[in-house]
Amino acid sequence: MMTVQAKETWPGALSSLAFVLALWYAAALIINLPIVPSPLAVGINIAEIFRTKIEVHVLSSLIRVLEGISISILIGVPLGFLMGYFDKINTLLSPLIYFTYPVPKIALLPVVMLLFGLGEASKLIMIVLIVIFQIIITSRDAVRSIPNETYRSLQSLGASPAQIFAEIIVPASLPEVLTATRLALGTAVSILFFTETFGTEHGMGYFIMDSWMRVNYLDMYAGIVVLSFMGFCVFALIDIAENYLCPWK
Amino acid sequence: MIEIKDLTVSYPWKNQDTLVLDNISLTINPGEIYTFIGPSGCGKSTLLYVLSGIVKDYQGSISMDGRPIDPHTQRIGLILQNYGLLPWKNVYHNALLGVKIKRDQPGLDEYRNYILRQLGIDALLDRYPKELSGGQQQRVAIARAFILKPDLLLMDEPFSALDAITREEMQELFLDIWKLNSVTTVFITHSVDEALYLGRKIVVFSPAPGSIRAVLDNPCFQLDNLRFRDEYAEMAMKLRKLLDKG
Repeated sequence: MMTVQAKETWPGALSSLAFVLALWYAAALIINLPIVPSPLAVGINIAEIFRTKIEVHVLSSLIRVLEGISISILIGVPLGFLMGYFDKINTLLSPLIYFTYPVPKIALLPVVMLLFGLGEASKLIMIVLIVIFQIIITSRDAVRSIPNETYRSLQSLGASPAQIFAEIIVPASLPEVLTATRLALGTAVSILFFTETFGTEHGMGYFIMDSWMRVNYLDMYAGIVVLSFMGFCVFALIDIAENYLCPWK
Repeated sequence: MIEIKDLTVSYPWKNQDTLVLDNISLTINPGEIYTFIGPSGCGKSTLLYVLSGIVKDYQGSISMDGRPIDPHTQRIGLILQNYGLLPWKNVYHNALLGVKIKRDQPGLDEYRNYILRQLGIDALLDRYPKELSGGQQQRVAIARAFILKPDLLLMDEPFSALDAITREEMQELFLDIWKLNSVTTVFITHSVDEALYLGRKIVVFSPAPGSIRAVLDNPCFQLDNLRFRDEYAEMAMKLRKLLDKG
């Protein structure tokens, strides 16, 4: 099953990559200004400066994204499961979630930075603060959408709540939790970019903005391409995890 | 022995209580198959859920061998029309789910292997439910119930979603395996033919709110070439009359 999917996905991914590169190349030719360098020049630039200038930034960004997502999953998924399964917990916490979900939490960045400083902590807190809501709500709804019939066999066997969680709730919600993680990833990379423009000298956000300030467009594009590729790699990682964790899909 | 006394169940529906089962009293003898037959919506399935401990909100009393029904202490095998398999478990893990929950010895022993072989699913152990036909899924559900070695086996129209040929095959297969240890069985059906083929006793339900119209001894049980015999035609006629009686 996995190989069939992979065979179908990879040529598709390659042809869309070729399409984007062709568009970019055409735009570079037509506009013919330093603000749009050709993809070829950017590619050569990446090869030249990756080890010396980009590597350290991409690693700090990658670690921040992975940490942020992991913390959000570790807190958000159990909380969402409990809300989905126990009506009382849901009644207690739902209003809180609904009330705070629409607040643009990125606007809280100054507050978070005042409270937690300019360092790593506030960057992680921003990612978690924004991403965790999607994860809580998706996990909760995943549990609530499990049909009652699914529980019948285990109920008639006298299963304990722990057994019901392990045998039904976790595996039934896993695909949706992974989808939420994919969505959260896109959001997390955007927040990361924003927070990395303050109070740090490491991270792709810093690198891109710094190159922009220095009017080094080749480096700036190199940064954008590398950041996108980093996001793509984590995305692919989640796909592989899904194939491994949900072989029944 | 299972004793049901004055069992009444009602569901809250549109702000008022709707009576589903009305004053049911029945004694179920050990080691026999009881087929429950009645029109749709007569509460047969609700009775099954009460017996399996899923529905706990009822009036009256139910006891099994003198103790109240409780899925934690008793072993109850449940086979549902939609098979009740977990899509994320392969055949092996679905078949052994019951013994896993009851914390029995894990793995396959002689009896478990025999059941899987008898049901013809011993070569499918790595498959997931969506890779199986309906008949194969139903075999896995039956394997799970028998591997559990239940004190009570509950079946809710287990074969009604199968095509006619598969259904007759499954009925025979079920009887073959059932004869191994003759577990007390409640089998819900809406088919007169199935009720006569599988039930030593046949319990006829009235339309909603469900009550028991008659409990019949079935002389056709375990007769050879049943469907060609006079007893069968006679009993079928009798059942249909009971079911039609407004």
